[in-house]
Amino acid sequence: MTKKLGIADYPLAETQPEKVIGARGLALPDVTLAAVIKGDVTMEDLRITPQALRAQADIAQAANRGTLAQNFERAAELVNVPQDFIMATYELLRPGRAKSKDALLEAARILRETYHATDMATYVEEAAEVYERRGLFTFRF
Amino acid sequence: MSTTPNRWKRFADWDERPLRLDKFAVEDAANGFAAFTSPADPKPGIGINASRVISLDGVLEHEFDMIDLFIARHHIDPDIAPEAMAIPSSTLARMLVDMHVPRQELVRLAHGLTPAKLAETVSQLNALEIAFAYQKMRARKIPGNQAHVTNAKDDPLQLAADAATAVGFGFDEIETTMRVSRNAWSNALACAVGGAVGRWGTLFQCSSEEAEELRIGMAGFTSYAETVSVYGTEKTFIDGDDTPWSKGFLAAAYASRGIKMRCTSGAGSELLMGFHESKSLLYLEARCLCLQRAMGVQGTQNGGIDGAPVTATVPGGVRELMAENLIAVWLDLECASGNDARTTESEIRLGAKIWPYLVGGSDLICSGFGSILKYDNSFNPSLFNGEEMEDYLVLQRDFEADGGLTPISESTALDLRARAIEALSAVQEELGLATPTADMKQSVVVASGSDDTRSFSPRETSVMSEKIKSQGITVVDVIKALAKRGFADEAENLLSVVRLRLSGDYLQTAALVRGGKVLSAINNPNDYLGPGSGYRLSPERREEIVNIRDVLDQKEVLRSEAMHEKEEAKRIRYARVKQADVSQDSKDVVIGISPGFGLKLFQTTAGHRLSDVLLELVTAISARGLTPRIVRFNHTADTSFLGLSAAGLSGSGVGIGIQAKGTAIIHQRGRLPHNNLELFSNAPITKLVHYRGMGANAAAYALGEMPEPIIVPQHGEAMGSRYHARTAMIYAIETALTSESAVPEEIAIEFLGRRA
Repeated sequence: MTKKLGIADYPLAETQPEKVIGARGLALPDVTLAAVIKGDVTMEDLRITPQALRAQADIAQAANRGTLAQNFERAAELVNVPQDFIMATYELLRPGRAKSKDALLEAARILRETYHATDMATYVEEAAEVYERRGLFTFRF
Repeated sequence: MSTTPNRWKRFADWDERPLRLDKFAVEDAANGFAAFTSPADPKPGIGINASRVISLDGVLEHEFDMIDLFIARHHIDPDIAPEAMAIPSSTLARMLVDMHVPRQELVRLAHGLTPAKLAETVSQLNALEIAFAYQKMRARKIPGNQAHVTNAKDDPLQLAADAATAVGFGFDEIETTMRVSRNAWSNALACAVGGAVGRWGTLFQCSSEEAEELRIGMAGFTSYAETVSVYGTEKTFIDGDDTPWSKGFLAAAYASRGIKMRCTSGAGSELLMGFHESKSLLYLEARCLCLQRAMGVQGTQNGGIDGAPVTATVPGGVRELMAENLIAVWLDLECASGNDARTTESEIRLGAKIWPYLVGGSDLICSGFGSILKYDNSFNPSLFNGEEMEDYLVLQRDFEADGGLTPISESTALDLRARAIEALSAVQEELGLATPTADMKQSVVVASGSDDTRSFSPRETSVMSEKIKSQGITVVDVIKALAKRGFADEAENLLSVVRLRLSGDYLQTAALVRGGKVLSAINNPNDYLGPGSGYRLSPERREEIVNIRDVLDQKEVLRSEAMHEKEEAKRIRYARVKQADVSQDSKDVVIGISPGFGLKLFQTTAGHRLSDVLLELVTAISARGLTPRIVRFNHTADTSFLGLSAAGLSGSGVGIGIQAKGTAIIHQRGRLPHNNLELFSNAPITKLVHYRGMGANAAAYALGEMPEPIIVPQHGEAMGSRYHARTAMIYAIETALTSESAVPEEIAIEFLGRRA
């Protein structure tokens, strides 16, 4: 899925099911009940991929939904970020959890350097800046 | 001395109405009780410098709170804002209701509109205009609906059965939550299995603590989330323990797990949480909705939600709920349009609340229609609940409107429930979670609510739930268990829902699954441009909607009459004697019967045998020493003319006219047709004692007396709604038997098997 997709490509599961490929290489038409029963399908094969999210971002953009497209782009960056780190970052973004800007900037650095989640990192950095301005680093409980 | 209180008793009557349980609040903008406008609301405005928003609704950039800031950076399109903000809000308001202005154009402009401008614009529309604009602006063409599936015991067997019935009724989404939070995993598994019975495609969410909800989603049990709340003031947001950035992060996290998500916001939340800044409900909501578009979520659960009841206490509050939904769809968000919290105890207010959504459609008309009984709703009672499901189905039929639901038969419902319970039991056994007994299962199959069940206790469910979580059971394990135990269809259905997340098609705006295909604002966009466009009922869909249970047709009426024919043959015999003439005997009173009386029709609408009715009349007339004569008229079936014709043949000049359905009249020769002596128009509540009184009074008039008229007491029954369908069909049977030139027949009647 290299070329930009448009509205006519939607839904991908109908227009190009063979190109919808899971994390371990299993294509959509191969995810069958028989394969599940044989044990050939795991939860890993049922996860969305960054490629699929970027394809959906293209489609959203083509439908003039820029902010939705950006969310899909950020989501694509998070696909391979471990759940624990996602939950820890979410927790840090809640009011009063981080005691200073530094904790958020550190999370942003890890997102950028370890997971190549550049948009998400920028987003967390923006939060750090705003939280400082609005005094959200105060202790809450 | 009178002790009568000096009060019009009507107020005491009104005190007893359910409406008086609703409490209303005085409009008080300073304290947050103002629906559309408040002196504290800012005037719309925007400042842009080099593609950067430097002021928003009168607030300069350096004074932005975090909500202003998020909206300024992520919602406002600086290329569009100057153009859009320059359009007067009165013009924008007219564009919203102008069917020639396409939705896309208004959506494009919304990218450059500030919260105050959006609020100022929709404020200018009256309720009907809001409803019309909503119909035009909502994102997806085909309307949908969502159900709550919960119960007071967190009983998984009942959840599975109720999920299956909800799917059977056609809900596109089902949402569960728990009484006991650790039961989340069991609830999720039960609804996932129940929701896979019958067809595939119903999306499912398990509303629980944020981190837990995401984990349950990752285990594959759920397919969407909607309890990510946002608020319109900074302090409320912080008290809600989040910020726009934390919620926006969560939005990306859900999408990264292939789970559909919408946010939640609604009027009144800031008021309930104490930080309303004296702003109007609508303005605060406009901020929430701009935030949601800014975060990049595809949709919103919007329209009061938990704050709907308090919003409905304010003047214009219900109109405000409609207005905020309109802003949501104008901002191109999928709208699960509230209609969930029970805003009133008045069924009239309730029906009025749902009407615009039912008729105009919505992406999800209710963001939780209580498919279960009120007491089983763990979210609190919904606007509509299991109790009122059929009222809703009939509203669809009345207005030929697609409310997203389809009537199902009793046997279908029972089959779905039994199947779901067997499927879940099999999974529980296979996974070593529990072994439900036959008695448990049977009690749930037939249960209307959890009071009727003998099933798992909340504690037993907790043990199960902990096991599901600690053993890392996923939807793949459940699919395998279903397949192993012979539930191949359910296994396939459940797999199909989980497979949705591979392509992510259902993450697009307003996506649902119909007939195995994803439909969203991308491939099923609302294209309303006036009559004949937008969503229309297909003939097939109309057929589904009108097909409610227990409808009458003429065949059914005749079948029911035929059952009584044999009975009546044993009680009375009618014999035609000759053509009836005018009598000279001043002692006779003619009883004029209708063409089908005792021939095709055998009971009154009150259910009295016609033989019994005639016996009462004859006995009462005879008791005064007069002679009752029975005459059948075939030229008319109308009560007035039956009565007047009877009086015309009567020697006393007084006659009774009676139709087979029991409607009767006492008439007198020489009067105008509709100026009778006494009319008995409410046949369904006319008892035998009234027919006896009618005979007695007819006799009294014949003797020149002036009796007390017989009053058939009625208690405000909706006589028309109860009886008119049957009455019209019966009457049609009678009128079909008339012929204009037919002569009256003198009838000899004989009461059989008893003493007359």
